[in-house]
Amino acid sequence: MTRENSLVSAQWVEEHLDDPKVVLIEVDEDTTAYDKGHIKGAIKLDWTTDLQDQVRRDFVNKDQFSALLSERGVANDDTVVLYGGNNNWFAAYAFWYFKLYGHQDVKLLDGGRKKWELDSRELTDEAVTREATTYTAKDQDLSIRAFRDETVEAIGVKNLVDVRSPDEYAGRLLAPAHLPQEQAQRAGHVPTSINVPWSKAANDDGTFRSDEELREIYGAAGLDDSKETIALCRIGERSSHTWFVLKELLGHESVKNYDGSWTEYGSLVGVPVAVGDEPGEA
Amino acid sequence: MCGATEGGLSLAGVDVAKEAVIQGQVTRDGSPVHGAYVRLLDRSGEFTAEVPTSATGHFRFFAGNGEWTLRTLAPKADPVDKKVHAAVGNVAEVTIPIG
Repeated sequence: MTRENSLVSAQWVEEHLDDPKVVLIEVDEDTTAYDKGHIKGAIKLDWTTDLQDQVRRDFVNKDQFSALLSERGVANDDTVVLYGGNNNWFAAYAFWYFKLYGHQDVKLLDGGRKKWELDSRELTDEAVTREATTYTAKDQDLSIRAFRDETVEAIGVKNLVDVRSPDEYAGRLLAPAHLPQEQAQRAGHVPTSINVPWSKAANDDGTFRSDEELREIYGAAGLDDSKETIALCRIGERSSHTWFVLKELLGHESVKNYDGSWTEYGSLVGVPVAVGDEPGEA
Repeated sequence: MCGATEGGLSLAGVDVAKEAVIQGQVTRDGSPVHGAYVRLLDRSGEFTAEVPTSATGHFRFFAGNGEWTLRTLAPKADPVDKKVHAAVGNVAEVTIPIG
């Protein structure tokens, strides 16, 4: 994969606003953001209700995802362009999710909603409906999704990249600081995981840094691209952002996102946990 | 520094005793700025969180004890950095005027 295949600019989106085969989809942590204003023609996916099973902690299954996209009017051969707030955290999560279910042509809007707003580009609150389709999702591509046991086995063996902020990694905070800090799980990180905050990969306006800068950042942080990599954060959305960088922009061969991330790992009984700024021993 | 100032963001539903709250308002010529982005940087300058301001220009973070920097980005304005001290049990109120 390359930047040209996976990333589009705000300018590109403006030029394709009336292209019926390009489906813009907004995905935000703040699920009300879309309703207040969105890019013309964009539909919304709610990561809490549309993309999560409402009983178990897991994703909706293949049939549910097929039904969701059919109802929202997304076709298998559409170009899906995702964007959102929080520097595209949840849009990147949705990108990874679309890849997980085998959608062929999916892209991220570079800089997401923030860049769009900072450029003073137009947003509208006009309701958007698309004609229903018959969407067929594929089986989950588990080559890009990591689970807890695999993460424990990766300690000291694979690259573990913890993309939370340094204070969360060290155990001084339990959640990103726009959320209340009282949480059930233990604080800290998976031993031997390196801390490369997702934000290192982005400019202040939310756009991705250049490939050259990105290679430099992950190289300097000690990421060995000959090894398999598992990215994790707190709930798997910021690590989707880094998964996107490593897999889609830099083209690393084997990169998985651990969507259970710290809210699962930090609640497991008996697994090793490291605290402080150092990766710790296996 | 303790408690919300008059006209500040409501703390209803926030357990202030357990949180180190940093909150406030972004203004331009004395009027609230909606849709600005306020980012919280830790003492090393690393990004920790970011929120867009509300319709009334307000923002809020749940930080930890120590020194933080608020960096504010808004359309047609240069970024503004402002240092703030946070402590669990306190609410640090900050007004950020932008150009």
